[in-house]
Order: sequence, then structure tokens, then C-alpha cells
Amino acid sequence: MPIAAKTGNEAMAEAMRQINPDVVAAYPITPATEIVMIFAQFVANGLVDTEYIPVESEHSAMSACVGASSAGARVMTGTSSQGLALMYEILPIAAALRLPIVMSIVNRALSGPINIHCDHSDTMGARDFGWIQMFSENPQEAYDNVLQVVKIAEDPRVKLPGWASTDGFIISHGMERIEMLEDAEVKKYLGDRKAENSVLDIDKPKTFGAIDLQDYYFEHRRQIAEAMKNAGPVILEVGKDFGKKFGREYGFFEEYKLDDAEIAIVALGSTCGTAKVAIDQLREKGVKAGMLKVRVFRPFAAEEVVKTLAKLKGVAVLDRSDSLSAQGGPLFTEVRSALFDLQSKPKVINYIYGLGGRDICVEDIESVFSNLQNIDEMPLINYQGVRE
Amino acid sequence: MVSIKELAKRKEPLTGGHRACAGCGFPQIVKMILMASKDPVVVVCATGCLEVSTTIFPYTAWKVPFLHNAFENSAATASGIEAAYEALRKKGKTKGPINVVAFGGDGGTYDIGFQSLSGAMERGHNLLYVCYNNEAYMNTGIQRSGATPMGASTTTEPAGKVRPGKMRPRKDLTGIMAAHNIPYVAQASAGYYVDLIRKAEKAFSVPGPKFLNVLQPCRLGWAYKPELTMEIARLAVQTCMWPLYEVEDGKWKVNMKPREKKPVVELLRYQDRFRHLFKPGNEKILEEIQADIDKNWEILLDRCGEKTGGSA
Repeated sequence: MPIAAKTGNEAMAEAMRQINPDVVAAYPITPATEIVMIFAQFVANGLVDTEYIPVESEHSAMSACVGASSAGARVMTGTSSQGLALMYEILPIAAALRLPIVMSIVNRALSGPINIHCDHSDTMGARDFGWIQMFSENPQEAYDNVLQVVKIAEDPRVKLPGWASTDGFIISHGMERIEMLEDAEVKKYLGDRKAENSVLDIDKPKTFGAIDLQDYYFEHRRQIAEAMKNAGPVILEVGKDFGKKFGREYGFFEEYKLDDAEIAIVALGSTCGTAKVAIDQLREKGVKAGMLKVRVFRPFAAEEVVKTLAKLKGVAVLDRSDSLSAQGGPLFTEVRSALFDLQSKPKVINYIYGLGGRDICVEDIESVFSNLQNIDEMPLINYQGVRE
Repeated sequence: MVSIKELAKRKEPLTGGHRACAGCGFPQIVKMILMASKDPVVVVCATGCLEVSTTIFPYTAWKVPFLHNAFENSAATASGIEAAYEALRKKGKTKGPINVVAFGGDGGTYDIGFQSLSGAMERGHNLLYVCYNNEAYMNTGIQRSGATPMGASTTTEPAGKVRPGKMRPRKDLTGIMAAHNIPYVAQASAGYYVDLIRKAEKAFSVPGPKFLNVLQPCRLGWAYKPELTMEIARLAVQTCMWPLYEVEDGKWKVNMKPREKKPVVELLRYQDRFRHLFKPGNEKILEEIQADIDKNWEILLDRCGEKTGGSA
């Protein structure tokens, strides 16, 4: 198993090289530009067989992906922030056409004001578009997640697009040791895409993307919800199988010192690495702290979340994006809603933090845990690290 | 060129019974173009009249593979299909050859889909883009587009007490596409089917990106009697309001020079969208429209290396 030092962007680009998609249509945007640049060099050097379409916008990137995937090809792209926002219109179309397009996303704050650093407002804005959504704590997970999303998305029980994302600059440009698979292993692991329908099938011509009115639209939307539900067990199956084959097992989330925890945070992405250090330090001081690191945000594994959090006294959900007047950030509303029907449940509060790349340090996490010890006195929604 | 007899033997790509208006010009345009292809076609279509009236689920009028993605992206979508075809062909996973054809109305081409079209043409994909140009957003109720001619009344730039409808001439999209230096660009009309079929055949015969801008009278939006569609489509050419020409590898060629250039009012008077221009006080606008047509005709002749300076 090759061991390498890779940034998140390099790890994702390497995964794309090994996947060797039929078509990649992409447009550069900080901090995901490198993924496109590195991949373009792979194309230029003949390291992949991919038809690479250097489009004139992210909107066209996703549009070309829809065309190519409808033709039965394995299709990938990558983007960030404004680029993802420009794709928004086409993302639900890709899901409704049941196209297993896979994206490598680098999370970056949405304008405005314009900012190039990490928060999750870009993918959270697209959370209900029918895409499987995975967060990564580090380059290793980014690499593993990209490979697994291809497998999950193309599964006949799922047939939905999906993405793996990393935190802008923190992971995308942070170099770490990663263990890669051999090229041949990836090839064997993924095999070829077997599309049921193709717009290139001239013998059995089909109409894709028909207008769907009051009498059918609802049923077709319902089917997407069902497919997303079906993705749950497939994600677990693929995560387990990945562990068996390559030694790193994955589930919906990682439970960090939750077994005997009394208070815990729920978080996404690179913050979880910082939180692990804080939790270790608190544990040394005798605080029974733990964490639920959410890897898969869509489908949202509500039942499993309930099981892991039910016995806790207090929970703080950390959102790196704000809903600006809702009952907390997007992760918080999911978690709190999932816990609502429990007879006996932990009190749950929300922290909005890290917007636009505002640093989150061990001390910040410690302060959250310190507040969790007096949770009854805490407001429902808190802002961590902002100058008020 | 394929004979009409021969063409009639080919399989129809679009069946009858779809929900286009009586007198609509696009079924003819679509059939003529697609039947001119010797190879199987794969069709991409922008949101608009053509897509909406032919694909109301669970029905479809299409007998060839068809994909609708969104409004502004049929060129980008087609470029994805073409790339996928190339990738799969190299791996022996698909049959060929095929022709990828993207259709968009003038809204989806001149306006909202302009960037997507320009990008796809610049990248050199092997596909044909067809603008079925009815000079406004007809599907949603006759809103103005960049293709709407000066003086036309539309629902978003209507004629009123102080405004005479559209204030500016349309943009020269065919010329803009020619400036992309692609192998083949042509302007055609639903009223001249032999010319249209020939152009489609020529487009299919050369690799790379091709663009056809086809005038399609809209009986609803232009407000004329449905049986006049073809006559109006021909009058547009005979008045030089919509000249037939092609640009092949940078060489401009006018395909029809009317023996006698008819005055534009002969075309406008059939259409209620121009009715207000015939009221007293609006003579100047009619003159401006005629002057604009005359100017553009001279420019075209000049580009084609034809003698200029006369109206005949």
C-alpha cells in the first residue's frame, strides 16, 4: 500500500486519477483549483483515459456532467463555494435523472462578503438537492471518501450523485501522510459503471428529462427520497467492505470517546481533529467528554444519531454555517429534531463558529465543553469566536 | 443533397400528435434537420416550447434519444454527451457514428444560454447547435429576447402610449457565432426547406462545432393566421429581414438574393406584434426598421464579396 504525503487537494486528485473517469468537466475556483490543475496535468501526461472538458463555468461543468452521465459514462468534477452555488440549478436535476456523478468539493464560505476560506455554507446550501454528502476530517478521509462515493452512487439500489468534501485550506492545502491504494486495486474495487439507461442507446431510444406535471412530479420526487434512504445501508455496507479490503472501516460517523461520555459535541470536518485533542486533555482532567463526528450528512442517519446521543446529559452541535434566523445551524436542526421524540433526552445547544475561515482552536472547544457543564444556563444558539 | 423522395423514406425522429400549436414552425425545422443526418442522432433540448410540447410525461413524441437538462445549458449538456461518446467509443463500449444535435429557442440561445453555447463552440466539440428562433420567449407568453426585432411588441417590452415596443434591434448572433471561427455557421428559414436540409447535411458532413440559426415564425407570439407560417418564413427572407447565408471555414456566402427586395412592411403587416407601427405617427419607426435591414443587407453582401450598392 503506497504511503505518501498529500494535501487534501492532491489526495482527491490522486483518487480521481485512480478512478480514471470517462469524463471530467471542471472549472477552477479557489481553493479547489488545484484538483482541476493536477487532474488536467494527468490528462496532459496521458496518465488517464478521461475525456476532459475544460468548461467556461461551473454551471456548464455540471451541465456537461449531466449530459455525459446520461450517456452512461463515469463522470466526475470538483468545485467550491461560488462554483457550487453556480451549479445549484443543475444539482437537483442530476439527482432526479438518477445520475451517479461524483464531486470532489472543497468547502469555502459563500459570498458575501467575498471570502476564500473555509466554512460549510456552500454545501449546506445544497443539502436538500438529492446528493450524498460526506465530510472529511483529513486528506486520508478525503481520499477514501471519494473512492467510496463512486461505489455508493453507482450502486443499483441508490443511483444518486454524491460528493466528498474537505475544509478549504485547512485540509485542501494541509499536507498529511496518507495511505493510498494501488492503481490496480482501485480499478478492481470500482470496476466499470453499468448504466441501466443511456442517451447513446440508439436502438432503444428514450426520453430523459421530460416535463413532469401535477400528476407525476410528486411520485418522482418521492422516489429520490426513497433512493436516499436506500443509500444508508449501502453506505454502511461499502464502509465495512472498504475496511475489510483496505484496513480503514467507515460508517455514518465516528464516535470519539462517547461510550462513557456525559457531555459531547457533534461536529463536521477538520474541526473534529482539533476537538479530539481538546477531548483528550479534558479526559485527563476527569471530564467525561466525547464527540460524534458526522461523516455522512446526506442521507442523515437520524436513528443512529439518536442511539449514540440518547444517554448524554448535554450536547453541543457545532455548525460551520449559519441559517441566519432558523432554529440554529443546519446540523443542529437535524440533530435536535432527531432527538425530539425521546422520553429522556440530552439538552442540546448550538454553536455557530468558524465562518469565513475564522480559526477554531483547542481552547474554543474547551470553552464549549466548559459551557456544556452548565448547559441549563446556556442560550439555545451561541456564536463562538465572533466579536460582538 | 438528399432528394425529398429519399428523405421521405427515412425514419421520422419526431412523431405527430405532440402539443405544438397549430401552425408552429418548429416541427418542420426539427424533422428536416434530423432527417438530413445519415447517422443516428442524439438530441439535447433546452427548456422551451419544443421540449414542453413534445415530452409531457408519460408521453414523448421523440423516436430518437432525447435529453432535456435545463434552460440555458443545452450546448454544455451536448458537449458532455459528445465527450462521453468519445470516451466510450475509444473503449469499444458504444456504437457509432452518431450526430449530437442540441436545440434551443432564441431565449435559450441568444440570452440565457449564450455563455454555454459560446464555450461549447470554442472548445471544438463535434456537435450541431440549432437555434429555433421565434424571436421571443414564446413558451412563457411572448417575452422579449435578444432576438426580438426592433418595433415588435412583447409582453415585457410592450407597445404603449410612449414606447413603440422593442427599442433596439436584435443582436447579430449568427455573426457572433461566425466569429468563433468554427467550421460551419448558417442562417436558414423554416420557409426554405431545401436550403435548410442542405445546410443540415453540410453541417453533419464536417467534424467540429456547427451552428444553425433557423427562423421559426410563431403564430401565437407574432400573432398571424396559422396557415401563414411558411409564407411569413419566406417573406422574412424575401424582405432581407432574415437573409439566408452560410459561413464555411470563414468564407461567407449569401444563399439567396431576392430578385426584388420586398419592402419590410409586407412582412410586418401580417403580424399583430407590429400592428401599432401602422398607426399614424409611427412612420418613422417603420423607416428605421427598413433602414436597418438595408444597412445589414449591404454589410452581408460586402462580407460575401458581392456587389453592394443596390437593393436588387
